[in-house]
Amino acid sequence: MKYVVFTIGLLLNAALVYVLGTREVLPIPLGEFLSVQEGIWQNAESVDHDFSENLNLKDLNGKVDVYLDERLVPHIFAEDENDAYFVQGFLHAKFRLWQMEFQTFAAAGRLSEFVGDKAIQFDRNQRRMGMVFAAENALSAMERDDSTKAALDAYTNGINAYISTLNKAELPIEYKLLGYMPEKWSNFKSALFTKQMTYTLAGYDKDFEYTHALKLLGEDNFQLLYPEIADSLYPVIAKGTPYSEPLAEILPPPGADSVYFNRKDTIHIAQDFKPNPSNGSNNWAVSGSRTRSGKPILSNDPHLSLSLPSIWFEIQLHTKAFNSYGVSFPGLPGVVIGFNDSIAFGFTNAGRDVKDYYEIKFKDQSKSSYWFNDEWEKAEQRIETIKVKGAKDVLDTVSYTLFGPVMYDKSFKTELTTDKAYALRWVAHDTSNILKMWLLLNRAKNYEDYHHAIRHFNVPGQNMIFASHNGDIALWQQATFPLRWKGQGLFVMPGYDSSYMWKGFIPMEENPHSLNPASGYVSSANQRPADSTYPYFIPGSYEVYRAITINKKLDGMYNITSNDMKALQNDNYNVFAELARPLLSKYVQRDQLNANESKYLQMVESWNLQNDPNEKGVTSFHAWWDSLYNNIFMDDLHQSTHSLVRPEKFVLLEALARDTAFRFIDDRNTSQQEDISMQVTSALKKATSYLTELEKEDKLEWAKFKNTTVYHLLKTSTLPFARSGIMNGGGNGIVNATQHDHGPSWRMVIEMTHPIHAYAVYPGGQSGNPGSKFYDNFIDTWAKGEYFNLFYMHTEDTNADQVKWKMSFNPVL
Amino acid sequence: MKFLVSIIISALLSYALGLFLPWWSVMIVGLCIGFFIPQKRIMCFLSVFIGVALFWGCFAFFISNANDHILAKRVAVLVIKKSDPMLLVLTTAMIGGISAGVAAFTGRSLAILFKK
Repeated sequence: MKYVVFTIGLLLNAALVYVLGTREVLPIPLGEFLSVQEGIWQNAESVDHDFSENLNLKDLNGKVDVYLDERLVPHIFAEDENDAYFVQGFLHAKFRLWQMEFQTFAAAGRLSEFVGDKAIQFDRNQRRMGMVFAAENALSAMERDDSTKAALDAYTNGINAYISTLNKAELPIEYKLLGYMPEKWSNFKSALFTKQMTYTLAGYDKDFEYTHALKLLGEDNFQLLYPEIADSLYPVIAKGTPYSEPLAEILPPPGADSVYFNRKDTIHIAQDFKPNPSNGSNNWAVSGSRTRSGKPILSNDPHLSLSLPSIWFEIQLHTKAFNSYGVSFPGLPGVVIGFNDSIAFGFTNAGRDVKDYYEIKFKDQSKSSYWFNDEWEKAEQRIETIKVKGAKDVLDTVSYTLFGPVMYDKSFKTELTTDKAYALRWVAHDTSNILKMWLLLNRAKNYEDYHHAIRHFNVPGQNMIFASHNGDIALWQQATFPLRWKGQGLFVMPGYDSSYMWKGFIPMEENPHSLNPASGYVSSANQRPADSTYPYFIPGSYEVYRAITINKKLDGMYNITSNDMKALQNDNYNVFAELARPLLSKYVQRDQLNANESKYLQMVESWNLQNDPNEKGVTSFHAWWDSLYNNIFMDDLHQSTHSLVRPEKFVLLEALARDTAFRFIDDRNTSQQEDISMQVTSALKKATSYLTELEKEDKLEWAKFKNTTVYHLLKTSTLPFARSGIMNGGGNGIVNATQHDHGPSWRMVIEMTHPIHAYAVYPGGQSGNPGSKFYDNFIDTWAKGEYFNLFYMHTEDTNADQVKWKMSFNPVL
Repeated sequence: MKFLVSIIISALLSYALGLFLPWWSVMIVGLCIGFFIPQKRIMCFLSVFIGVALFWGCFAFFISNANDHILAKRVAVLVIKKSDPMLLVLTTAMIGGISAGVAAFTGRSLAILFKK
């Protein structure tokens, strides 16, 4: 009997270890996870936590003091700038380690290592896109430059100094949740981060969709649905600005008409991963002639997926050489958007197409040579090893052509049944040191310094805005943009003929730019940079409406104060609806509406055109417009088994404004001929049933409908770490670009007076720890459209009230 | 008396071992107390269960209280699908207590094997 009892006890013990200590039964090993001395309780940071600390660390050249203010923003005071980067690395790791690793694991196609086989396709996609190859090229350029290498080395050492102090109890909670350990940081990981950012901002492409659409629709209809320039374009560089003649006329290769513009077959590839096309931003700078203080004011708000931890970490770097303040990327040294004593700088995305595909014909299954200029050209091969948690490694062979990596072939995309393969030509693969730009901007004193700094930037193309205490304002759309003949790169190009390769890049001095324009302001909002007189072919993914609102408002503003700029960043005016509503009103057949339908019509017509949180008109308007869009386009887009890419929303509006006999109005699936009135009316009827449902659920008010949510980086699997139900306005095409889970990830207004007046906010918090009160404490301020007064610290401020804690870093020899 | 002693020792020892060893050190504590402190098996289980559950529960509560339960509210949803910090504290106490208690039961059973 006693043996039986002992055996039962032993088995029970074993069972407990198995259930509570492994991930075999429960998704989380609860024993380890809830253990009070090493589990999640250790991540519950006391609300009175004292962040003051005295640290003795190797690899420092001198003493560094860090003053943490009441919002947990570190103000790093170092003599030596590399010491400042060391401490920046240490603090990035202290507050954001998991996020930093996660982002670079994603960049490198290594998510399967801790999430298992469900990420294999994602990882393969990253590898085949050449993300690792691109990061290697970036690293070699960064390390060839002495000052960049020194900055990166210091930054990496700082991160690793923090990692080496970590014990299991102090691990960020996500490691405990997913069950893995951080590895050492390296300069290569910083390079990977720059490529992840590049993918986010310059990784969007429509080449396959356009190739298919052109084949199916023909040239005329293609132009109608996917026009190059919107009628209502308000370009970054004002219309009428003269451009110099292009360096050379760039002509399509002979024969392009038949093999490129009129190819015989079509291509279908399901591109499962694409960056969000809403990734964009607003920025503007107004000169002293328009401000009350007589000094320029610079504003910038980058629109990205809203996430916790935030993509941004606020920081000040005070060294002998410069004193910069702003937001940094956990993963890179330096301030990325911000200001110093003399200048302020910011960015919006250019949205230019810098990513093309070439059709490759391999000699055989080995994929080691391909047909190019009438002979078999050797392809390099790179074997990608993807480690998978709980399974065997996946090996993937990727061929590298003269264009770049062969991203799609039969082995990756099952819909490719023939031996066709597609190589990717992407500026992101080219060798360059973009970090150098930021390191130089941090210390830039004037326009010349800024102009010198931005030369180092090749991708992702940005509208780089500038304002200085001296009174200059400027904007450059900067990157290396390929020289293209008209139509080049819209569609998949032949890969057997060198004449289809890019012929070089547009010289920097010809990039659209503006310095102290007569208008007294410069601005950008992801719209096309220039009108049709710009002498180069510049396809891209451009926004139309935010720019219209911003430019119209700025045109009429004088005596501007920082508060005016804050108000403009939070402006909810819907200029698209202003242009579209008259069409709806004009064509709706009022006599055919029932009471309910008339109610929503009334709601739309009496709406004040503001996307404010409590407005119902905006929800009704969008339901109606979307339904009209579907009425008109869906039959045409779904006529083949592979649907066509959706035309931009300006396309329908401008087509209807131009021509009410727009040829896509008729529904090809019915025998009768629909006209615009019928479609507008039927759209309202369809929208009504949807709106009635929404109203029943009390979701008609815009903020309730939109339900602004800041997700944790692991999205729905860590929903309790997210903040949802944030009641704010805005939307797509609105200056306040807040959509459901996307929008202004940092709002900044800098007035270049002395002392500088700086205001900013971001929807997150400085700590990446969901157990810290600093995890999401900025969100409410952000949602209300309010700002924090930034504490731009100088040496004499060490005893200021804002300083709450002090960390001292002492060098150990 | 033995009962009270095992409660106190199991709590103190769990804390001490926990400084160096992973969570399953509470099971070592349970095994040892069960082996060395002669009580009825059920009493072994109960005393060690109470000792470790009290230690884990109180420790978790004090940490969470100082944290205004910010973390517990979030993690509770993940683990028990309910934003109830106290329930998460209780779950923590149960997991520590049961693990150690079962080990104590086993430790005593082992000791009984050696008794002639």
